[in-house]
Amino acid sequence: MSTGVLHTGHEVHPPSGWRRWLFTTNHKDIGILYLVFGFGMLLVGGSLAMLIRTELMRPTMAILSPEAYNQVITLHGLIMVFAAVMPITTGLANYLIPMMIGAPDMALPRLNNWGFWLLPAAAVTLVIPIVLKLIGIGNGAIDTGWTMYAPLSVQAGPGVDFAIFAIIMLGMSSLMSSINIIVTIFNLRTQGMTMMKMPIFVWSWLITAFLLIAVFPVFIGAVIMLFADRHLGTNFFNPAGGGDPILWQHLFWFFGHPEVYILFLPTAGILSHILATFSRKPMYGHRAQIYAYWAIGIMSVMVWAHHMFTSGLSVPVTLYFMYSTMAISVPVAVLFFCWIATMWRGSMTFETPMLFALGYIVLFGIGGLTGLALADAVADQQYHNSYFLVAHFHYALFGGPVMGIIAAAYYYLPKVTGYMYNERLGKWHFWLTVIGFNITFMPQFFLGIAGMPRRIPDYALQFASLNMMSSLGAFVLGSAQLLFVYNVIRTVRHAGAKATDRVWEGASGLEFTLSSPPPYHSFSVQPVVD
Amino acid sequence: MTPFKRLIAWPVVAAAGFFPVPVSASYPWNFPAPVTPIARETLHVHDIFLEIIVTIFLLVLSVFLYSIFRHRKSRGYPAAKFTKPRTPLQWALISIPFLILTFIDYVILGVPAYHAVLALANTHNSRMVVRITGSQWKWQYAYPGLGIKYISRLSTPEDQIDNEDPKGPHFLRQVNHPLVLPVNEKIRLLVTSDDVLHSWWVPAFGVKQTAVPGFLRSTWVNIDKPGVYRGQCASLCGIGHAFMPIVVVAKSQAGFQRWVAKEQTAEAEQVAETSVTMTKAALLAHGQKVFQNNCSVCHQATGLGIPGTFPPIAAGHPFQAAPQMTQAIQKRGFYKNGVIVIGPVANHIRIVLHGIPGTPMPAFASQLSDVDIAAVITYERNSFGNHTGDVVQPEEVRNARQEH
Repeated sequence: MSTGVLHTGHEVHPPSGWRRWLFTTNHKDIGILYLVFGFGMLLVGGSLAMLIRTELMRPTMAILSPEAYNQVITLHGLIMVFAAVMPITTGLANYLIPMMIGAPDMALPRLNNWGFWLLPAAAVTLVIPIVLKLIGIGNGAIDTGWTMYAPLSVQAGPGVDFAIFAIIMLGMSSLMSSINIIVTIFNLRTQGMTMMKMPIFVWSWLITAFLLIAVFPVFIGAVIMLFADRHLGTNFFNPAGGGDPILWQHLFWFFGHPEVYILFLPTAGILSHILATFSRKPMYGHRAQIYAYWAIGIMSVMVWAHHMFTSGLSVPVTLYFMYSTMAISVPVAVLFFCWIATMWRGSMTFETPMLFALGYIVLFGIGGLTGLALADAVADQQYHNSYFLVAHFHYALFGGPVMGIIAAAYYYLPKVTGYMYNERLGKWHFWLTVIGFNITFMPQFFLGIAGMPRRIPDYALQFASLNMMSSLGAFVLGSAQLLFVYNVIRTVRHAGAKATDRVWEGASGLEFTLSSPPPYHSFSVQPVVD
Repeated sequence: MTPFKRLIAWPVVAAAGFFPVPVSASYPWNFPAPVTPIARETLHVHDIFLEIIVTIFLLVLSVFLYSIFRHRKSRGYPAAKFTKPRTPLQWALISIPFLILTFIDYVILGVPAYHAVLALANTHNSRMVVRITGSQWKWQYAYPGLGIKYISRLSTPEDQIDNEDPKGPHFLRQVNHPLVLPVNEKIRLLVTSDDVLHSWWVPAFGVKQTAVPGFLRSTWVNIDKPGVYRGQCASLCGIGHAFMPIVVVAKSQAGFQRWVAKEQTAEAEQVAETSVTMTKAALLAHGQKVFQNNCSVCHQATGLGIPGTFPPIAAGHPFQAAPQMTQAIQKRGFYKNGVIVIGPVANHIRIVLHGIPGTPMPAFASQLSDVDIAAVITYERNSFGNHTGDVVQPEEVRNARQEH
C-alpha cells in the first residue's frame, strides 16, 4: 500500500522541553494540553464551589462578603462551563478522533495549536481582575452570575469587560477546534471508514462541532453588544434608550441552551464506548444513537426561551417553548434506552470507568427527569431561579458531563500513559464522588421547593439544616477529587502495571490497535476498516 | 430471543400498570401550603410530575440494577451479540416506552400545563391593581386607585446578620412595611423595576415574576386565606440580592379597608410636613434613619463606601476608582478635591433625586419624600467628618423636583 504511507522522512520525535508544548501541532500533544488545562481548571472551579458551600454552611455571613460571593459564583459557573468541561471534551476530541478514524493527525494542525493557546490567555483574562483588586485597581471579577443578565451586567464593574474579552477568546478557540474537527472528520477518515461506521464518540463530536458553529457566534455578538452598551453609548439592552433587557436573555439562551448539549453530547458518546467495552458486547443502537444526536442537536437550538418562563413571555410563545422542550425528552430517552440495552445481557465487569459510566446514567437520569418538570411553564414559576434549578442542572451537568469526563479519563489513562491506574483508589474515588454528590445536591431540590432562591450568600433560618447537609456533602465530594489527582499523577509516573495495547478485554476501535502509549505519529501506515 | 423481549417487557408492563395515585401535599418538604388558584395548580402539577418521574426513575433503575446483578462476568454470564431490534414485533415493542413518554409529555403533563398557562396569563376581571417596583434593594408598592405608595425593605437588624445578636425567627424575611392585600379578590400585580432585573416571588402564591426596567409585567393573585406570606427576590440584582425580602399580609376585606384608611391618613400627614420648616436637629435625626435604610448598603454605615465601587460620603477619603467612574461624578460637579459632599447643595439634591445614569446610584425621586431627601442630605453634609453646616429644607427639594 504505497499510497497509505503518510510519513516518510519526517522527524517523528518531538522536540524536547517547553518548545514541544508551545509549538506543537501534534494532535496528541495538543489533546494532552487541553486535558491538563481543563482538569486544572476543574479543580479551580471546584475550589470556588468549596468557598460557596463554606459560606452557605450556616445562615450568616461567614467568609465572603456579598460582593465577593457574587464574584465567586460567577467565576465558578464560567470556569466550569468554558474553562473546564469544554476544554476537556475538546481535548478528548483532539486526542481520540484522529486515532478513532485512522487519521495521522487533525486536518488543520496549526489552527489546533492556536485554538489551544487562546485558552490560558482567556482564563487569565477572566480572573486577572481579582489580582488587580488585590493591588487596589477595580472592584474584582465579574459578579453578575454566569448568565450576565442585563442591565446588571451593563451597570457592573470592569470585571465584566474582562469576562467579555475572555468569552470572545474562548469562543474563537471553540470555533477553531470545531472547524478543525469537522474538516478532519469529513476529509481524513481512513479507507472503509464510512460515516455510518464512524465510532459514536466521533459522531457525538461532529454534532457538537456543528452546534458550536451555529450558536457561539451569536454569543460573541451578544457580548460585543453588551460591551457597546457599557462603553460606546448604544442602548441594545437599555429600556431608556429603546432597548430591551430581555433581548439579552434571548441572545444568551439561544447560545446557552445548546451549550448544555455541547457539554453533554461528547460525554454521551464516550459513555456508549465505555458501556460496550465493559459489557463485552457490541454497542446497542449505533444508528439510533446517531439519529438521536441529530435530533437533540437540531431541537436544542429551538427551545431556548424555556429559561425565560418568568421573564414575561406571551401565551403562544410560552406554549411553544414548553411543548418543544418536552419533545427533547424523546431522543434523550432513546440514548438511555440504548445505554441500558448495551449493558443488557452483557458480561459486565466494574472497573472504575464502568462505575463512573453507570453513575452517569443514574445521576444524569435524575437531571433529565427533573428537567421534564422544569419544562412546565407554570410549575416553573416555583422552580425557576430556586435551588431546585441549581440541583437540576448540577445533576445534569455534573451527573452527566463531569462524570463522563472522569470516566473517559480513567478509560483512556492507560492508553495515554501506557500504565494502569490504581483500581482500588479509583473505586474509592467513585463511591465518595457519588455519595458526596448526592448528599450535596439532593437536599437542594428540597431547598428550592421550600423557597430558597439561588445566588444568595445568606438565607432564612428555615433553610439551615438542608444547607448544612449540602455543604458537608460538598466537602466529601471536593476532597474525593484529590484521590483522582493523586491517582493520575502516580499513573503518569508509571507506578502501576504496564497496560496492554488493547488495555481492556472488551475494548474495540482503531485507537486500541495502537501501542500504549501510542506512537508520536499515530498511523504511519493507514489502517483499513472493512 | 425471549430474554431480549424481557428487556422491553419490563418497563412496558410496569409502565402500563402506572396510574395517578393521590399524593399528599402536606409532607414537610413540599411547597408551602398554596393559597391562590395558581399555587394550587402548580402544586398539583408538581405532585403529578413527582409521581411520574419517580415511577419512571424506579422502573428504569430496576431494569438497570437487575442487569448489573445478573449480567456480570463474575457470575459467568456470557455476553449476547444483539445490536438492534430485528423482528417487526421487537420494533413494535421497543416503540412502546417512547409512545408512553410522548403520552406523558403531551397528555398527562401537557394538557394540565396548557390550562395552567392560560389561567396564569388571564389577568382580566381583577378589581384591584397593585404596582410593584423592584429597586436595589427594596420593593416599592403602590395602590394607584387608593393613593397609597410606600417602600418595603428588610428590617432584620444588621447585628443579626453579622452574628452579633441571636437571629430572630424571621431572619432575613421581615420587612418594615409589608404589602397588604385583601383576601378573596382577584388582584392584578403590575411588576416593574427601577434599575436591574429583580423577581417578585412568593411561593405560597405560586407567583414569580421578573421585574424588568422599562416594561410592565402583569400577573395576578387571589388569596383565599388571611395570613402572612413570605418570599424574596429571585433574580440576582447585585450585592443586596439576598436582602430584599417580600412579606405580604393578607387581610379580610374589612381589615383591609381599615388599613387603607390608616395609610391614607399617614400619607396626608407626610404631605403636610413638607411645607414645615424643620430644625437642623430634627433633620439630622431623621436623616440618619433615611441614610441607614437607603444609602448605607452601598456607601456603608461608616460613610466610607467601598473603594472602586461605591464612593465615600466621608470627608478626607478620596474615591479610589477607575477614571471613567470618577469622571461621571465629577461631570456633575460633585467630586472636588476627592471629597464627595463638598459641592453645591443643588447638585447634591439633583443626584439624590435623579441618580447618576450608568452607575449604580439610583434615582430616589419616586422612593423618598421631600422630607426624607432634605434630611438625608443635611445629614450627609454634617456627618462622617463633614462640617459644611448646610441645612436643606423640604421646600428646596420640592422646588428641585419641579424644575426638572
